[in-house]
Amino acid sequence: MYSEEVLKKLYADMILVRLSEESLVEPILSGDVKCPVHLYSGQEAVAAGIGAVLNEKDSAFGTHRSHGHYLVKGGSVKEMIAEIHGKSTGCSKGRGGSMHLYAPDKGFLGAAPIVAGTISLAVGAGMASSIRKDGTVAVSFFGDGAVGEGVLYESLNLAALRKLPVIFVCENNLYSTHLHISEIRPNDEIYKIAEPFGITSFRVDGNDVLEVYEAAEKAVEQCRNNNGPVFIETLTYRMRGHVGPDDNIQGTHTDIRPAAEVEDWRQKDPIERLKKYLLENGVADVEELDLIEREIQQEINEAYVFTNDSQLPPKSELEKYVFSK
Amino acid sequence: MSSANRKLQYSLAINEAFHQMMESDESVFLIGQGVKSPWYVGKTADGLIKRFGAERVIDTPVSENGVTGAAVGAAIAGMRPVVMHPRMDFMLYAFDPIINQAANWHYMSGGTSSVPVVIWGVVNRGGEQAAQHSQAFHALFSHIPGLKVVMPATPYDAKGLMVAAIQDNNPVVFIDDRWLYGVEDEVPEELYSVPIGEGIIRKPGNDVTLVAVSYMAHIAHKAANSLEKEGIDVEMIDLRTVKPLDTEIIFNSVKKTGRLVIADGSWKTGGFAAEIIALVNENIFDHLKQPAVRVTLPDIPAPASADLEKSYYPDEGSIISAVKSLIKN
Repeated sequence: MYSEEVLKKLYADMILVRLSEESLVEPILSGDVKCPVHLYSGQEAVAAGIGAVLNEKDSAFGTHRSHGHYLVKGGSVKEMIAEIHGKSTGCSKGRGGSMHLYAPDKGFLGAAPIVAGTISLAVGAGMASSIRKDGTVAVSFFGDGAVGEGVLYESLNLAALRKLPVIFVCENNLYSTHLHISEIRPNDEIYKIAEPFGITSFRVDGNDVLEVYEAAEKAVEQCRNNNGPVFIETLTYRMRGHVGPDDNIQGTHTDIRPAAEVEDWRQKDPIERLKKYLLENGVADVEELDLIEREIQQEINEAYVFTNDSQLPPKSELEKYVFSK
Repeated sequence: MSSANRKLQYSLAINEAFHQMMESDESVFLIGQGVKSPWYVGKTADGLIKRFGAERVIDTPVSENGVTGAAVGAAIAGMRPVVMHPRMDFMLYAFDPIINQAANWHYMSGGTSSVPVVIWGVVNRGGEQAAQHSQAFHALFSHIPGLKVVMPATPYDAKGLMVAAIQDNNPVVFIDDRWLYGVEDEVPEELYSVPIGEGIIRKPGNDVTLVAVSYMAHIAHKAANSLEKEGIDVEMIDLRTVKPLDTEIIFNSVKKTGRLVIADGSWKTGGFAAEIIALVNENIFDHLKQPAVRVTLPDIPAPASADLEKSYYPDEGSIISAVKSLIKN
């Protein structure tokens, strides 16, 4: 049903994201990393599943929590780790930090932390595609918190009105910073907000990468056939807290999530689930999966060597990049 | 073909800029509320839909935030959109895409990505339209790093600066004034641009430097001509661009005259006139014979009723009094 190549790519992409994210915990705690970092651990299936159906010409915009989106879209791990360390070799030359990642040559047009602020930008990329008739698709990644912003509804309307090839991907991880979804919405069925606009919308298990992938395949096909846009709500969970490595567990200083809830979701770890599937279906054996993991760990280690060898941007270049030539 | 002395209305000069730019560059498109309707946009969009189709001339729902964001996103994706706001007041809904996104984008991406978008807002002063239909926000936008702000006063500059704004690789806020739309003057037929950041001396003089932009440049020019008859020799400068400011043209003039009046169609506090005075004080303070004078709107929302409106908006008389106050001293 799924090609071996796709399955292994999904696995490798999720491992790349998870290991990159967890590699940052120590540098954050030690103070080597100072910028705000919103870890994506736990949500890997969403980025990987969507990313697997896109090509380099397709575009994507992300949020404050976009390491995963950037990486699966083809952004360089080295340049991401360097950026998060404020180095001049970073993907944003030390001007952006963790929340501003860019890889335009791979179609990752940018991530920015104003909640819902990049949704309309993705609609614009979809509009560019429809004017140029180049067949590309634009993806907007955003969280459940963005559903409170008016611009989302303006964007849905505009995209539906002009049948733009845009995939709206809402990653519902149940928490809008510190507030549970029950405190910000009268119901939790986010995907239904797209229905009144006549937009095809559905909800998938965001911790099941194969379910996300199938939904993404349908969505991208619909968009490429000029029957966009599509809205996908992915139910998922961030294993870390809103920002930094803190788990936001009740009883600790951030005091937000019940420990049992976090534990429940740990049992639904998307990587473990795919691993089980691969092994049970004979797609790969343990040795092969270990090798994939070791190779990716090696790539991440090299990213840290690259980062350590890189310089901070010189103070004399403070004014560089205010205006484009 | 090219006739330097052909006359064209301000609104048709903008229209010609669109026709020529959309013809020469397929990535240029126009989006915004009312681009289909002369009721909204005057003659600025005449013939565009017919020639370029509804794909590239996009009339929109009333969704300033989403629509401006879409224009910004399209620019990031390689297009050169012009997004139209027929009343600048409504453009405040779009602060996020203009300021947080477009203005910062090139910097926060370390130069990796650019946003060649024109954000076009029209000021609609007067006509008893009151506070939410008449505001001029150029000072607000000029405060933001990464934005350029242009305010052409003449048909020639309207065409040339619209072309320059579209060709620029940065977000440019293009602000015009509905009161200028009927102004007629010489506009060359060929495609040309007016450099962003360059002012122009409309009337040379030696006694007082008078600086203005947009509609106020016309009033200031008239005032300068009237003062001439009274033997006061005013140098009138139309800056044309609010940001980046042509400081050279201002400084050279003030060095010569030692006196400075700024006439601005927006508020006093934290305004465009204040910025010019600050720059003059910082750089060439010793050349000033007297403190500079500002002719601006009072720090009051625009009223509706005609008599209140009359005292609200500075006119030729306000500028003449300001200039004379410097000469008397």
